[in-house]
Amino acid sequence: MKIYIFSKRNLKEILRDPINLFFGLAFPLVLLFLLSVINANIPPEANNPMFEINNIAPGMAVFGTVFMALFAGMLLAKDRSSSFLIRLFTSPMSAIDFLLGYTIPMLIMVVVQATITLVTACIFGLPINVNIFLAVFVTVLSSFLFIGIGLLCGSIMNEKAVGGICGALLTNVTGWLSGMFIPIDLIGGGFQTVTHILPFYHSIKAIKAVLAGDLIAILPHIGIVFAYTIVIYFIAILSFRKTMYGDN
Amino acid sequence: MNAITTSNLCKIYGEHIAVDNLNLSIGQGELFSLLGVNGAGKTTTIKMLSCLIRPTSGNATILGDNVNEKPQAVKQKVNISPQEIAVGSNLSVNENMELIAGLYGQDNKTAKESAEKMAMLFGLESVLKKKAKHLSGGMQRRLSIAMALISNPEILYLDEPTLGLDVLARRELWDTITTLKGKVTMILTTHYLEEVEALSDRVGVMSSGKLTAVGTVAELMEYTGTNKLEDAFIVLAGGVL
Repeated sequence: MKIYIFSKRNLKEILRDPINLFFGLAFPLVLLFLLSVINANIPPEANNPMFEINNIAPGMAVFGTVFMALFAGMLLAKDRSSSFLIRLFTSPMSAIDFLLGYTIPMLIMVVVQATITLVTACIFGLPINVNIFLAVFVTVLSSFLFIGIGLLCGSIMNEKAVGGICGALLTNVTGWLSGMFIPIDLIGGGFQTVTHILPFYHSIKAIKAVLAGDLIAILPHIGIVFAYTIVIYFIAILSFRKTMYGDN
Repeated sequence: MNAITTSNLCKIYGEHIAVDNLNLSIGQGELFSLLGVNGAGKTTTIKMLSCLIRPTSGNATILGDNVNEKPQAVKQKVNISPQEIAVGSNLSVNENMELIAGLYGQDNKTAKESAEKMAMLFGLESVLKKKAKHLSGGMQRRLSIAMALISNPEILYLDEPTLGLDVLARRELWDTITTLKGKVTMILTTHYLEEVEALSDRVGVMSSGKLTAVGTVAELMEYTGTNKLEDAFIVLAGGVL
């Protein structure tokens, strides 16, 4: 019950900020539209599938979830700086109540956001089939990575720093190292190796695989994303508990 | 039974002793003011008594429950009005109050009734639907204290509750606090000594983490040979008259 009450509060705090609504829901759609326009203007003889809808739709689904790091981090950092968290720490809520209370609203946002993004992608030519629903599910799984990064940053940084790290830096790092905007496999070399070590490329690969109906191919990619997620959540939980029990 | 009893309570950060062997007893329904200059250890003491931080050593018992052994039981009985205004900025006044009531275990119906009661007590009826961020500083402070009281705490910590309030709002809050005396045990920290004189049953003065004196305002003045609480405080806090 406490988790439900706290989740509801957090969802309201996020949805009542129009900037959050723009970046969370509208911005991926704007990018989807712009990249589709670019794709339409690439001559067929260029033989460049980079911005075809099958390639950009998974990228935009993942790109939308990057903002969950910003929302989770900003909310937590704001609660810390305004002493709202001190008030809540005095209440009989457990660490689990807090972590789930911050995580669940983000997952709800991801479901809505990924559904809108992928359904809109269908208007631009993405095949309509059951794989869309599976892709939403895989997007939700991969979003834990970004929610964890947000909770970690929100536990140890102030609002300004969270805005810089989760807003500016993380969106750029994810954008460039995931293959969302550049053809990583064509670039190759050390750059490709780095992107394959990091989880962002694999988030998109997992969604691409599910949209292509290749469910087996999802596993290695989602496995790598999950390995990072577990480590980041573990550190986030430790940092949050340190904040909660005032040991720092 | 005392509401609060501390026994050799200590909090040490590295080399810095924030609270040094605090021994204190506060009776049920008493309003106890904790005074001290900035950094004297008042807020650290309140944080230990409300289970926000763990004591380095020593014990504190809140209505029979030890803060080290039964923090969840302690948390159910206490609430705090933090120094900074701690409200959900994008939530309405009503939503803020119902949130806290719900987190302390009240069902929807009870939470709504409690919010109505608090709104009446703190004059918030006309702004119930307004978002907290659109309230004046004084109204936000009232909401913050209403949120501390909505859980029906047996012990309430008021950390500089009138900071930033105008004279009228401050007096109104004093009246509200006075009506709670005898029913709720309160620890008040403040830098306004007239507030201490108007509200407190007893006063404790902390200096460098140590409790240097405890007594009524009259007892402290007699003990220090002064005629004003301010002078008594300066002597007890280690200053020079």
